[in-house]
Amino acid sequence: MSEKILMKGAEALAESAIRAGCMAFFGYPITPQNETPEYFSRRMPQVGRVFLQAESEVAAINMVYGAACTGTRVITTSSSPGISLMQEGFSYIANSNVPCVVVNVMRGGPGLGDIAPAQGDYNQATKGGGNGDYHSIVIAPHTVQEAVDLMFDAFELADKYRIMVVMLVDGLMGQMMEPVEFREWVDVKKEAPDWATVGQGNRDHRNIITSLEILAEGLEKMNIALQKKYSEINQNEKRYEEYKMDDAEYGLTAFGTVARISKTVVDMARNKGIKLGLIRPVTVWPFPNEIYEKRREQVKSFFDVEMNEGQMLIDVRLAVEGKRPVFYYGRLGGVVPTAEEILGEIEKKIGGAK
Amino acid sequence: MKTLYKIPEAFTDRPTTYCPGCPHGIAHRLVSELLDEMDLTKKTVIVWPVGCSVFGYYFIGTDAVEAAHGRACAMATGIKRSHPESFVMTYQGDGDLASIGIAETVHAAARGERISVIYVNNGNYGMTGGQMAPTTLLGQVTTTSPYGREALANGFPLKVPEMLAAIDGPAYIARAALDSPKHIIQAKKFIKRAFTAQRKELGFSLVELISSCPTNWKMTPEEALKRIKNQVLPVFPIGELKVDEEVE
Repeated sequence: MSEKILMKGAEALAESAIRAGCMAFFGYPITPQNETPEYFSRRMPQVGRVFLQAESEVAAINMVYGAACTGTRVITTSSSPGISLMQEGFSYIANSNVPCVVVNVMRGGPGLGDIAPAQGDYNQATKGGGNGDYHSIVIAPHTVQEAVDLMFDAFELADKYRIMVVMLVDGLMGQMMEPVEFREWVDVKKEAPDWATVGQGNRDHRNIITSLEILAEGLEKMNIALQKKYSEINQNEKRYEEYKMDDAEYGLTAFGTVARISKTVVDMARNKGIKLGLIRPVTVWPFPNEIYEKRREQVKSFFDVEMNEGQMLIDVRLAVEGKRPVFYYGRLGGVVPTAEEILGEIEKKIGGAK
Repeated sequence: MKTLYKIPEAFTDRPTTYCPGCPHGIAHRLVSELLDEMDLTKKTVIVWPVGCSVFGYYFIGTDAVEAAHGRACAMATGIKRSHPESFVMTYQGDGDLASIGIAETVHAAARGERISVIYVNNGNYGMTGGQMAPTTLLGQVTTTSPYGREALANGFPLKVPEMLAAIDGPAYIARAALDSPKHIIQAKKFIKRAFTAQRKELGFSLVELISSCPTNWKMTPEEALKRIKNQVLPVFPIGELKVDEEVE
């Protein structure tokens, strides 16, 4: 680890990607994440790497797709409406088995919505978004330091599984100034991997990267291979954090910015004598369902809090399987709930019980 | 004995998926011959389109990727920028390039991307069954212009090389035709200059190849070639529109 540097979240994200070996950035301006590409545009030429502002998000993701086909560590960052435009590319990338990292700084929707922090793209990110049966690994950091650490992991996971890794954050994290420590710079391999399309050279075979297979039986084989990869990821890559869950009677659950607020809620509740704990998924796909299966034996009920209409709620309820009530509280349109507000809602639900 | 004529090495022995009389085979051959002659085959990545040539990677034996509809120039940009040593070209039809992919094409050209584009224009969407394209001639009947293309309703045929020649990024822009041996020899000369523009890192290069679609034009191959000469070339005149002096 290096020394601590005070940095804005949006810029720390870019710096961590560079140190994690990201060789190319392609993207298109959109609020609230412009500080990230702006930072890339300053830094990438300094370290001899590629920064290119594309003509649209549609072009940007297809540039990412092209770069990914050469085995180059590549990233794009955008925000909700821009991410919607990229969905076609995500689907092609999935069925082509090429690695890349995408950051979605979520804002209020649907449509043009607003530019305030929100979490309304959970379903889009975790359940697909583009056409066909596919998944991306989706990670949801709750602090700038965690985002910086996960950026290194994101590139490793992308390369390991040849898959797209999505980092879900929101504008709040982008604007936040926090002290961060970066891991060591990652040495980037100069040689293209053996599957990459860079010209056949001395290889005894040529490489073709395509998401197309016209015979149904052939495509089914490709689909099954993808599903096999996803089940391997499901087995190996689930991550979560628990906060004061050991003796908890009530389980709060949230991801990203709301999870950070929820830690305060847990402390406030405990000061009032309510034994509250927090389950915080770090990967929202694959979803860490086992921890809910374990804790449902222990808690009286769960409280799911999100900045959307209850999108993760469905995954939580699937994991709890009706064994305990799962209450939901959320704010919409880019409104960030306060800790007091969340605690008030919990108290309403549990009544006098402590 | 001296070999006068042979199958280019870059050309695979797989039977093509094109209709009888379709000039895609000629365009593939020209590209393959030049990849051989310019010693590019092992360095090349071809970005294939969505359209009749969607399976092009079966027929030209280089490393290849298959782009989403219209996105070939964006994908080629991503490949070339992250691996500049590769020779990167796209092969696209008129629906793919001039309609859904026009933004990616214009901006790749404006940036002067070191990529080469082979743009095959047969005036309709061949693979999907002969719908109207941006390049369809006025009055031409297609499955989605059953009364003939009308300017007021459907606009005018889009002339891509003329558009691109007006911007600063391209090093080489030309239009050739595949309707006669003379024009085919000229087409090869133009493509060679386009490839040279990339090899010398001069900027973006594009060659439009005016082609036919006997199946959807509902003509014999011979009638279709005559239609190119009599009806298409007056609207889409052949020639070089922008030539960086270093491409020679």
